[in-house]
Amino acid sequence: MKKYLSFFRLRFVMNLQYRVAALAGIVCQFFWGAMAILAFHAFYETDPASFPMDFQATASYIWMQQAFLGLLSVGGMDNSIFDAIHNGDVVYEVCRPVDLYAMWFSNTSATRVARALLRCVPPLIVAAFLPKPFGLMAPPSLTALLLFFVSLCLALLVTVSFCMIVYILTFYTISYRGVRLVAVALSDFMMGGVVPLPFFPEGFRQFAELLPFSCMENVPLRVYSGDLSGPPMARALLLQVFWVFALVLLGKVLEQKVLKRVIVQGG
Amino acid sequence: MKLYKKYFSIHLKSAMQYKASFFITLIGNFLTSFSVFLGVVFMFQRFHRVKDFSFQEVILCYGILLLSFQVAQMFASGFKVFDRMIANGEFDRVLTRPRNEIFQVLCSRIDFVRLGGMLQGVVMFIYGISQAPMGWTPLRALTVFFMLIGGAVVFSAIFLLDGAFAFFTLEGLEFMNVFSYGASEHGKYPLSIYGKGMLTFCTFVVPYALFQYYPLLFVLGRSENLLYMFLPLLSCWFVIPCWLVWRLGVRHYKSTGS
Repeated sequence: MKKYLSFFRLRFVMNLQYRVAALAGIVCQFFWGAMAILAFHAFYETDPASFPMDFQATASYIWMQQAFLGLLSVGGMDNSIFDAIHNGDVVYEVCRPVDLYAMWFSNTSATRVARALLRCVPPLIVAAFLPKPFGLMAPPSLTALLLFFVSLCLALLVTVSFCMIVYILTFYTISYRGVRLVAVALSDFMMGGVVPLPFFPEGFRQFAELLPFSCMENVPLRVYSGDLSGPPMARALLLQVFWVFALVLLGKVLEQKVLKRVIVQGG
Repeated sequence: MKLYKKYFSIHLKSAMQYKASFFITLIGNFLTSFSVFLGVVFMFQRFHRVKDFSFQEVILCYGILLLSFQVAQMFASGFKVFDRMIANGEFDRVLTRPRNEIFQVLCSRIDFVRLGGMLQGVVMFIYGISQAPMGWTPLRALTVFFMLIGGAVVFSAIFLLDGAFAFFTLEGLEFMNVFSYGASEHGKYPLSIYGKGMLTFCTFVVPYALFQYYPLLFVLGRSENLLYMFLPLLSCWFVIPCWLVWRLGVRHYKSTGS
């Protein structure tokens, strides 16, 4: 366990160095969030009665989504792992007396936590001072805030364990650009990255809520704004725990299988 | 032009070498645009209109925009990875050859997987054209054609500008993505829905509205102003400042020496 904690710390400190890149990312995410909220506002003005969430909760959802993009979006997968699988460097990793899965897991989580810490504060502060319906609102209660942090940690674990499965699948395909694109497009949509889950049509929404993707962005961001509370929230948190275990188990099984048939191409 | 055709066939052949991974990437590219489209569908199932625009009108608008964006992504993708060309010294070789350097960068990469996103654009484009509530006149059809050209030119100019910045920063700038990917995603709705301030910005600073919002009004029969028809061609002025930055960059260029 100590090894993996030091992997985590090493990667964490390394990623804190990229401050200029973080600044560029913050500007990007801020504009992206503003445009998305303006679009939702246009729909809201057209027909407020059909709006499935409180408008302020939607605005908070978008700001939190942009602030924690580095933490939760599947798009932030670690290219160095893909490259290692692609060019064969992965054999060195396999030779080491560490568990490959645990090492990659701690590296990926460290990268995400560092990225989010660098990037989340400025947009959240600016968003908190924006005029009323467009800004970030305070959570309805202290319990909501605490549960939000619990759910955020679980969401990180779900996202990372899903990314692990994608890494392992690229052992089979050699080139990773396509697998990566498909995984990102699919999960981004199903987690509520394009439109939040409450905007999905009935039936399809219930289906989407059961998938692991809904445990990534959907649950913590809606817990924060109070859109998700009471028994449905308890169910959602339990589902998050379930998916962490299920995805880690699946990832470990796939890893064992694939490592038995690793073929190193070239010398 | 002959040389470009040669490059085109080389890139096509090299993409076809790895057919399976090419097609997976194509599907991934399609899914990326498709998910944005699905988001629009879900929103309209619930709301039916946004401001004064109906679903059919928005799909026509997004179809045109996505198509022009994907054309620019496919042919101007050399500029998107131009920072690598600077970093590995490849640009030194470009400068020694007796051809225009912009032409050579354009030839260095043609990204065929964008055909996946283009397919999504074509489907929406055809749906939008066939379902559009107003009748078609030759002038309106011509305006749509101008919109496609204007969009492809402006997006290519943005990629050119993005590449030109690499002369000064040696690395791609992430915030430029707002002007390319951001604009292509948020440009799915007519720009007026984002409010007056945003529309003014998109008219006078980066001319998105000149090839999207104003000509769309003419195509949809909301405006009879013939000037709107030619605005997409006017939007091509944006190439000039981007090209000037590029020239400045080439003059400023010092080899990285590798």
